[in-house]
Amino acid sequence: MLSLIVLLPLLGFLANGFWYMSQLKTEHKAPALQVGGLATGAIGGSFVIGLICFFRLLAMEPEHRVIEQTLFSWIFIDGLHLDFAFRLDALNSLFVLVITGVGTLIHLYSIGYMSHDASPGKFFAYLNLFCACMLVLVLGASLPVLFLGWEGVGLCSYLLISFWYTDDDKASAGKKAFIVNRVGDFGFLLGMFLIFTTFGTLDFTQLKMVVMNGALSPAQLAAVTSICLLLFVGCMGKSAQIPLYVWLPDAMAGPTPVSALIHAATMVTSGIYLVSRLNFLYTLSPDAMLFVAMIGALTALFAASIAIAQNDIKKVLAYSTVSQLGYMFLACGVGAYVSGVFHVITHAFFKALLFLGAGSVIHGMHEEQDIQKMGGLRSKMPRTFLVFAAGWLAICGIPPFSGFFSKDEILWQAFSSSRSELWLWLLGVVTALMTAFYMSRLFILTFLGEGRWKSHGHAKHDKHHDNHAPHDHGHAPKDAHAHHGGGEPHESPWIMVGPLVALAVLSLIGGFIGIPHMSWLEHWLEPIIPGFAPIKDGVHHETEWVLMGFSVLVALIGMGGAFFIYGNRARTESLQNSLAGFLKTLENKWYVDEIYDAAIVRPLRAVSVFLWKKIDVSIIDRTVLGFGSVSEMSGGVLRESQTGSTQIYIVTFAIGLLVIVGYALYGLV
Amino acid sequence: MNVPVVQPWIVLSFCSAIFFIGLAGVLIRRNILIIIMCIELMLNAVNLTLVTYSEILNDLGGEMAVFFVIVVAAVESAIGLSLVIAVFRTLRTVDTDSIQSLRG
Repeated sequence: MLSLIVLLPLLGFLANGFWYMSQLKTEHKAPALQVGGLATGAIGGSFVIGLICFFRLLAMEPEHRVIEQTLFSWIFIDGLHLDFAFRLDALNSLFVLVITGVGTLIHLYSIGYMSHDASPGKFFAYLNLFCACMLVLVLGASLPVLFLGWEGVGLCSYLLISFWYTDDDKASAGKKAFIVNRVGDFGFLLGMFLIFTTFGTLDFTQLKMVVMNGALSPAQLAAVTSICLLLFVGCMGKSAQIPLYVWLPDAMAGPTPVSALIHAATMVTSGIYLVSRLNFLYTLSPDAMLFVAMIGALTALFAASIAIAQNDIKKVLAYSTVSQLGYMFLACGVGAYVSGVFHVITHAFFKALLFLGAGSVIHGMHEEQDIQKMGGLRSKMPRTFLVFAAGWLAICGIPPFSGFFSKDEILWQAFSSSRSELWLWLLGVVTALMTAFYMSRLFILTFLGEGRWKSHGHAKHDKHHDNHAPHDHGHAPKDAHAHHGGGEPHESPWIMVGPLVALAVLSLIGGFIGIPHMSWLEHWLEPIIPGFAPIKDGVHHETEWVLMGFSVLVALIGMGGAFFIYGNRARTESLQNSLAGFLKTLENKWYVDEIYDAAIVRPLRAVSVFLWKKIDVSIIDRTVLGFGSVSEMSGGVLRESQTGSTQIYIVTFAIGLLVIVGYALYGLV
Repeated sequence: MNVPVVQPWIVLSFCSAIFFIGLAGVLIRRNILIIIMCIELMLNAVNLTLVTYSEILNDLGGEMAVFFVIVVAAVESAIGLSLVIAVFRTLRTVDTDSIQSLRG
């Protein structure tokens, strides 16, 4: 049963992959509707099976909510016996439903979005492969199986970011994502090795039993902090946290559905999944948890500050994703794993919605991504406008939208948890303010006000492409929708709007699974995640309601500020002029890419060039070539002895024989 | 009956004479055919030596060895002669001074 969840998208990948390969040499390509239908069917079937499994879990006793399936014995060597097994429990059943559910909607949407693409077959094959890997990641019963999926999603991410690989920028964005993730994976691997040497098992259930039941020796306790930190390095890479977040904004070079599925809803949350899956380990190490919370809070604030000044609609959403992922780690770090998981779910809904909505806008604007050139789309794209508004309110944290519940719970936990510090909460609140601000800015510039696209002809449009900063990769290919030409923005077809509506509904009601004090989610996850950390002394439960009102107020201030500035074009421009220098810094992302380039890439390059020119060419190569020329010279001398004359050989032989016989008879005289 | 006995040293001297005649032939002559004949001469000198020592030491092992040598010599001359023919066909000569293609 469980393996079917993974198998269906895998079969979809194989079918679409072979279909695509069989058509490589022919002119005719299967249309997006057929390949997309196949892929959507595969992931949709997976969703149905996921639902059935979920209901079977629901019917079980809370303590025994586990479905397990062992496929085969994977690694069987001395001291390590590892099965390739899937295990579904309360925690990852939620992830499975989000991946397959949101995944199905995004597949459906992609049929419309990729309808004009040159090779939709390849796209849907990759997309299905991604889903299969992601499901292996969450279903894996042990760390190595999880790691298999972890690497698989990294590969698919790379393939899909550089899907339009003929564009050099997009191809290098894919490489950047892959390489930065390798840094994180290194930490992950080391953490996994350390777990094995410390506890002797890699299976989650066994590991939990060892950690919870046995009295740990001081050496083991000391190793726990290292393990947690090393694994968190892996999470930094995959879930785009400081300092490894730089790949995610560039990853927007991929098609927009990819950004929605991989770089917002699913893959980037696997770090939170890993931390909450291993919550029993993290709980043992307050240092590691504080570190996680710090990185999370700092990332949240930092990315939000960059998002304020971005003009590419997808970049704003990308930094917003980095920022929201920071929130989730903040929650995990203060011991509120449930809130982290809760935010993963609601974020998957509203951020997928926002990305797909942005995709719809880009589609309708004929591949325009600069929000400064949008505006007034409310009347042109009324349906997209409405669903986008739902996502916008959700991320700003306006009740009763889902984002409000999850974000508020994280802030409350950051305030009240005994593991938290006050400044972490303050960072969270400031981030919430900024989030409301930049999302409202995006919303206003895109949908409200005057349409600024009217005055911009196509010639300027092309110039704009050239003027973009070198690191700006977020453009769909120019050939994809070429037959549209310029002209009025238009609403997207229903196959794209339909999934948006479904996600909008989920963004609206998704928060009700985690209402404070009667949270179904908290109860559901109890066997895996034993409740919240105790609250601090001197914090009363009533404070929670005050803080709830406070965070709504913060969101409203942020939104109001944005309306005040961006609602009025003249005011926008005067402000932009007076703050030009600062905004420039923000627009260039605090020059982090440049700093990395100067601090890491260039020194590394210099060292490599040194090793190449000095060590390799002048020492190693010379030594090797020296051996060659010595052989050549000695050969030249010795070849003289080979005269080719038989008689000389025989004379030599005879003399040699005489010498040997003489020695044998008389010895050395 | 008092049969006169050939003294072993006479036979052995004879053998070594034949051997060195063969060796000299191998070293001096340039015709491959002659060289092969000289090699046969050396082999037979050795055979005779073996038989002599077998008689002196009253050990049949020497005579056994002779049979092996004869067999090997027969094979060797068969192969040697066919090589000579092959060489002659390709190079049109059997003179060793003009066959030096192995020179380094």
